[in-house]
Amino acid sequence: MQYHTPGNFEDAVSIAAKADGVTRFLAGGTDVLVQLRADIVTPDVLIDIKKIDGVKDIAREGGGWRIGVAVTGAEMSEHSELEAEWPGLVEAMDLIGSTQVQGRATLVGNLCNGSPAADSVPAMFAAGASVSIIGPNGSRKVAVADIPTGPGRTSLEKDEAITAVHIPARGKNGGDAYLRFIPRTEMDIAVVGCGVNLRVDGDTISEARVSLGAVAPTVLLVQAAADAIIGTSLDDAAMDALAAAASAACNPIDDKRGTIKFRTHVAGVLARRAAKIAYDRARASK
Amino acid sequence: MGINEKITSDFKVVGTRPNRPDGVDKVTGRAKFGADAYAPGMLHAAIVRSPHAHARIVKIDTSKAEALKGVKAVVTRADFAEGLTGENWNILENVMASDTALYDGHAVAAVAATSALVARDAAKLVEIEYEQLPHVTDVDKAMAPDAPVIREGAADKSVPEGLHPNVVRYHDSGHGDVEAGFAEADLVIEDHFKTEATHQGYIEPHACLAQLGPDGKGEVWCCTQGHFNVQKVCAALVGTETSQIRVTASEIGGGFGGKTVVFIEPVALALSRKTNRPVKLVMSRSEVFRATGPTASTSMDVKIGMTKDGKITAGKGVFRLQGGAFPGAPMEFTAMCAFAPYALENVHQIGYDVMSNRPKQAAYRAPGSPMAAFAVESVIDELCNQLGLDPIEVRLKNASKQGTKASFGPKFDRIGLVETLEAAMAHPHFSAPLQPGQGRGISCGFWFNHGGETAVSLALSEDGTVALSVGTPDIGGSRASMGQIVAEELGIAYESVRTTIADTATLGYNEISHGSRVTYATGLATIKAARDVVKKLSARAAAKWGIDEEAVIWEDGCAKPAGPNAGEFEPLPLAKIARSMGRTGGPIVGHYEATPEGAGVSFATHIVDAEVDKETGQTKVVRYTVVQDAGKAIHPTYVEGQFQGGAAQGIGWALNEEYIYGEDGRLQNSIFLDYRIPVASDLPMIDTVIVEVPNPGHPYGVRGVGETSICPPLAAIANAVSNAAGVRLRELPMSPPRILEALEQQAAKG
Repeated sequence: MQYHTPGNFEDAVSIAAKADGVTRFLAGGTDVLVQLRADIVTPDVLIDIKKIDGVKDIAREGGGWRIGVAVTGAEMSEHSELEAEWPGLVEAMDLIGSTQVQGRATLVGNLCNGSPAADSVPAMFAAGASVSIIGPNGSRKVAVADIPTGPGRTSLEKDEAITAVHIPARGKNGGDAYLRFIPRTEMDIAVVGCGVNLRVDGDTISEARVSLGAVAPTVLLVQAAADAIIGTSLDDAAMDALAAAASAACNPIDDKRGTIKFRTHVAGVLARRAAKIAYDRARASK
Repeated sequence: MGINEKITSDFKVVGTRPNRPDGVDKVTGRAKFGADAYAPGMLHAAIVRSPHAHARIVKIDTSKAEALKGVKAVVTRADFAEGLTGENWNILENVMASDTALYDGHAVAAVAATSALVARDAAKLVEIEYEQLPHVTDVDKAMAPDAPVIREGAADKSVPEGLHPNVVRYHDSGHGDVEAGFAEADLVIEDHFKTEATHQGYIEPHACLAQLGPDGKGEVWCCTQGHFNVQKVCAALVGTETSQIRVTASEIGGGFGGKTVVFIEPVALALSRKTNRPVKLVMSRSEVFRATGPTASTSMDVKIGMTKDGKITAGKGVFRLQGGAFPGAPMEFTAMCAFAPYALENVHQIGYDVMSNRPKQAAYRAPGSPMAAFAVESVIDELCNQLGLDPIEVRLKNASKQGTKASFGPKFDRIGLVETLEAAMAHPHFSAPLQPGQGRGISCGFWFNHGGETAVSLALSEDGTVALSVGTPDIGGSRASMGQIVAEELGIAYESVRTTIADTATLGYNEISHGSRVTYATGLATIKAARDVVKKLSARAAAKWGIDEEAVIWEDGCAKPAGPNAGEFEPLPLAKIARSMGRTGGPIVGHYEATPEGAGVSFATHIVDAEVDKETGQTKVVRYTVVQDAGKAIHPTYVEGQFQGGAAQGIGWALNEEYIYGEDGRLQNSIFLDYRIPVASDLPMIDTVIVEVPNPGHPYGVRGVGETSICPPLAAIANAVSNAAGVRLRELPMSPPRILEALEQQAAKG
């Protein structure tokens, strides 16, 4: 196994392009190293991108944020401005793993691992986040919602790497929330996850994005669920329509973590609860 | 120990809470656990395991593995003893499969190499040709007429004719006439219950370092609850003599019954013999789940009759336990414990030990008893609900007492069930108001406790300190308790006692640390050994003073003349006698060897409040109180720790832990991510009440406490959840999907 520590992303992707066998980019390693030790994926080439300038930075970008690929969950949770603007996103990331894992785990790692149950991904979907990508054919910017293509699969081309996450400007009267269902209180993987990001005009929801995790082969952005609450003041009828739309969007599997029936039902429950939190946050914000 | 001996009640050190002697080592990382042993020239081993639930082993080709650089040896069943019978054969068959892999994870071969990574790679190169056979993993399906047979002829003589060959043992006990009893009842409830297998969940995986020379002399370092048993089993399985294997027990990172079993030590010894090098073998977590013993899964039918004033008129239980691919599921304990808390005129219990394609079950804290309590105490709760009776008053009314003929036969001696129920009733928890969405559950629980073969030795040092050697690995703070006992008996400081878990060459045979026996049996032996030392110390003083030994008493750490008639002499402290012992007769060592048989049974009553989220089926245990009879708590903190530990494991078992098998018979959740033991934030602070009803069979009145604490939780939590959700849950775990399903079915019924 080869281990590289390139000083910039151009070198990183060029090493990847020249590499034979299985290549993995390494940031926090909370998936890559675990899979290595569990005999699931044994890379031939490991490219550690933590030595690249700027990868540990959370920086203003326009009215929004640019989050480096090696920024950890703990660093996001300790960033008070980011948390004030995007509490749902920060909480979603903070739900992942233990305190020790929080010191390593990253948004981009969570995204590239391709799990439909990744906690930070529905929150990024709801927030409307995007990522910058570099590869042998140059650079591009893509919505996070266009990255996952199936369990363990993404739309990244061979030898492409993500260089940063972009979170849009929060703007006025907005709020987000993420909730997940696990049978325990900690140290588990979402059986269902739900992100809601919305904006209000007075008491009326003017914009909304609703996402679901762990109920389909990829994280879902559920337009019908958003439509169910846009133009409403999140009254009981809107909540019922939201829950029904969320459940209707589910296409889950029966597995050791939950049943189809359970996931479909709980998606609706979480959508209601997350929408309520996001709504209250939006109304409380300036 | 006879019951004619007076029970001590005036204590100075016993009953206090000194720090455990192994505590600093454990919190600083200095303590050496199973995987912390290293030897010069050591090899690392890896085990090749069956990916199939049931398959004939057609051919094993080790040539590619052996050709890998760094690989020193591969062993298969051919490298172990031949001609074993009985339990040794069963153990060997589990340690290394012969012609058939009986469960997913069953060991088929093992490799030793110069590094753990090479060993792991080599294990993948061992080519095994399997012929897959039909499999079964569910207890009811394993008993059905069309079930594949795990092994023909495995049943013993207890099994009535006409049952499936997978039923390998049968139990039938009770007294009175249950049908007449049911006829007297105002309400009879019969229900069916199921529980899934759960793992002991110890944090430290099995690990050992072993060496075996061509002369048949060997050494083993391992984490185990019983190194004398490891010695005996290893000698048989590798075909050498027991005394030629010396076993040292490491510190142990949890066992709960699961480390009473031998899995890897004989494999490491066989590899060592083949390579003439020390071999280290450490299981992964996945191997622990797939190939070591979880508890049995169950299918149970319980029927109980009650009068409208709360008298239980009859109880009947049928308990089917699946114990993996070998006989031994503890169904007789399930049957015998089921109705033990209650004085019943009419009781009948039947047990089935059923084999399936799963790993061989191992003891798990009061093996078999928690499931019995789940079924019986759920039915009692339902009877109380339907008859409008108080659950504690009903249990008090029917409680077993001294002289009660137990459901399993003998008459109880002095027991403390009534006292635990009274203490539970008086506890503020029992009368605290519940919040909306919450329910309260009560359950009693019973465990036999055990004595067992025990040998200890207590040696004086020249400076007046003492070294106690015991042969029972410390799995619950026993070094602290033993130190307290020695300090109490000799009248010296707790800190002056060093307690060591001695290796198998140092002491006579000691049974495993199981059956809640250590504080009882090793404690009793330690008292006797200390009294032996006192006798010898007194004899030295008598010789010095020129008086009779009988004229010397031992008090406050000193020999003293028994009275004025004995003569006028200055008290002679232990340290002074010790200093001169080389000149006055030689080293002073006390010892005691016996099989104490007076282990007093223990009862507990638990109170649980649970809150159920009816939209998601999620349960939160919001308040928990354990009340248990300890006889006499030597070290109350560690007694409370046992109470809390049993409750914590019970919460996991009740709510989320389960072995999940796929259609292919493979275990689906062999990591802690998906095998959901409770994390700290899942648990409330668990309150404890120590009841002390002295055990007549122990000099201080001690009863074992380690196991009874896991008997009531499944039922107490099920009762709390059922009362909170408004629907009876009869299957464990009470996972969120299962609770939602039950709520939905109830809603459909209207």
